[in-house]
Amino acid sequence: MQEEVHRVFQDPLVVISVGVRTFAESLEHQGVEVIQVDWIPPAAGDQAMIDLLQDLL
Amino acid sequence: MATGIVVRKNQYYDSVFLMGVNKRLSQMRGVTQTAVLMGTEKNKQLLVDIGIRGDQVATVQASDLIVAVIAETKQVVDEVLGNLDQALLAVEGDAPRSSLRTFEDALAAAPSANLALFTIPGEYVYREARTALEAGLNVFIFSSNVPVEEELKLKELASERHLLVMGPDCGTSILGGVGIGFANAVRQGRIAAIGPSGTGLQEFTTLVHHAGYGISHALGTGSHDLSDRIGGITTYAALEALEQDPQTDVVAIIAKPPGANTLRGLGERLSTYSKPVVTCFLGVRSAEAASHGTRRVARTIDDAARLAVECFMGAESDAPTGLSDQELQHVADVRQRWSAAQKYLRGVFAGGTFCYQAQQIMQERGLRIHSNVPLDLGLGLENPNTSVGHTVLDMGDDAYTLGRPHPMIDPTMRKQRITLEGQDPEVAVLLVDFILGQNASGDPVGDLVDPIQRARETAQARDGELTVVASICGTEADYQDLSLQRRLLEDAGVIVFPSSTRAALFCAQLLEPG
Repeated sequence: MQEEVHRVFQDPLVVISVGVRTFAESLEHQGVEVIQVDWIPPAAGDQAMIDLLQDLL
Repeated sequence: MATGIVVRKNQYYDSVFLMGVNKRLSQMRGVTQTAVLMGTEKNKQLLVDIGIRGDQVATVQASDLIVAVIAETKQVVDEVLGNLDQALLAVEGDAPRSSLRTFEDALAAAPSANLALFTIPGEYVYREARTALEAGLNVFIFSSNVPVEEELKLKELASERHLLVMGPDCGTSILGGVGIGFANAVRQGRIAAIGPSGTGLQEFTTLVHHAGYGISHALGTGSHDLSDRIGGITTYAALEALEQDPQTDVVAIIAKPPGANTLRGLGERLSTYSKPVVTCFLGVRSAEAASHGTRRVARTIDDAARLAVECFMGAESDAPTGLSDQELQHVADVRQRWSAAQKYLRGVFAGGTFCYQAQQIMQERGLRIHSNVPLDLGLGLENPNTSVGHTVLDMGDDAYTLGRPHPMIDPTMRKQRITLEGQDPEVAVLLVDFILGQNASGDPVGDLVDPIQRARETAQARDGELTVVASICGTEADYQDLSLQRRLLEDAGVIVFPSSTRAALFCAQLLEPG
């Protein structure tokens, strides 16, 4: 039942890092494939707009 | 005093980057204080609190950069703000910026991704993490301040899809030798750890390493996972995964006290666990967490590491369990150097679990220990900025970190607090922790050694001596250089222990009456 969890122990990690870039760099230094997202707040950070979008999605 | 402010619309940076810029600007001559932050509601309030307000602040948004300066003269303010682009470029360095702006873009670019790591403000995590889980990725959420109902929804979704959500507020994991977040360079082996707490896992894994053994995996679950609201969903998933993992022989759980219902359920689950398991629930009375079946119960992180090694070896380990005779002799020497006024301990911790464990160890010795995260709810601090009697502080608590990176990265608040405690003539002992490893400060001891030395000089000027006791969590393979960090402390007259358990035991011995 835990196949997916179990697989993360077996397969080489491929990481999508969203946010602080130094955290991605520390993974790269360990030889991990990392895709860095230079994230920006959605809807220019307007929380009311995000809540609205979240309800619509 | 002059103040000035610059707002850059739609210029977003992460908190570690901003800390680097703030450090550069604040070191310029004539500067009293600088604030470099994104325009979130919480940060806007912080600016108002330090006396910077106005229309410019009121209208900024979370994607806008704000730089505020308080300085001796208007000329200095202008100079600092004029230097902003230079500081941004200097901190940015050579690292190319990613062209990817959303999680969906990254997924399209890397369809083989199997783990998503989130270090964005907590209020934005839910939507992104849900997308990751729906795409079949396991998730690590470093961010704190994710609403607990959102955490529950994410973990329920993960459970349906047989995925793991490490976090929110997850400091550390090690997956097959790869450290994620804050993690020490430890050897690989066959002992695994699970825990909500980052520093608890870090200390456990380094102690297993120092004993000559290694770690298969260490799974952070997030600070709320064992609360009754979440019910240990990630802890259960981690237990299942490690039970099936052929690389793991022994599992340890290191945690602050779980919720009452969760603790009961977990006890039942562990009674049928097929591998040896060690539990260390700090603050839980031993009667409520008794050993039975394959389960061994540890009272401290040191004990947990020792028991895990014993389970693995099938024999008793020779790791020290308490203070040595030499250390006990040292207690008497130290106490006689205090002035008549000196009687209290102040602990200024970066590691929340170390703060918690220190309270347990000292309260078991009959000491009344106050804290901003009290083990005994009656001993909470009325004001987190004012210590009372014996006080230990978790400086990673939201009361101190608002708008700043964790104290393992940003030493500012610990520096200020050590300076403050050093001015109190009743303080006899200062207890501090230093945590090495990836993503932590490059020179944790160097960050704090000046205020520590000044505090000791202040006590000497009053004909006393401030006893400074420290623990270092790290290995010789960590990039900060463990032996150099230890030497810097010893040269400053600090008494250094290789674990927070032993540092707290030593302090308890120092403060015991008689």
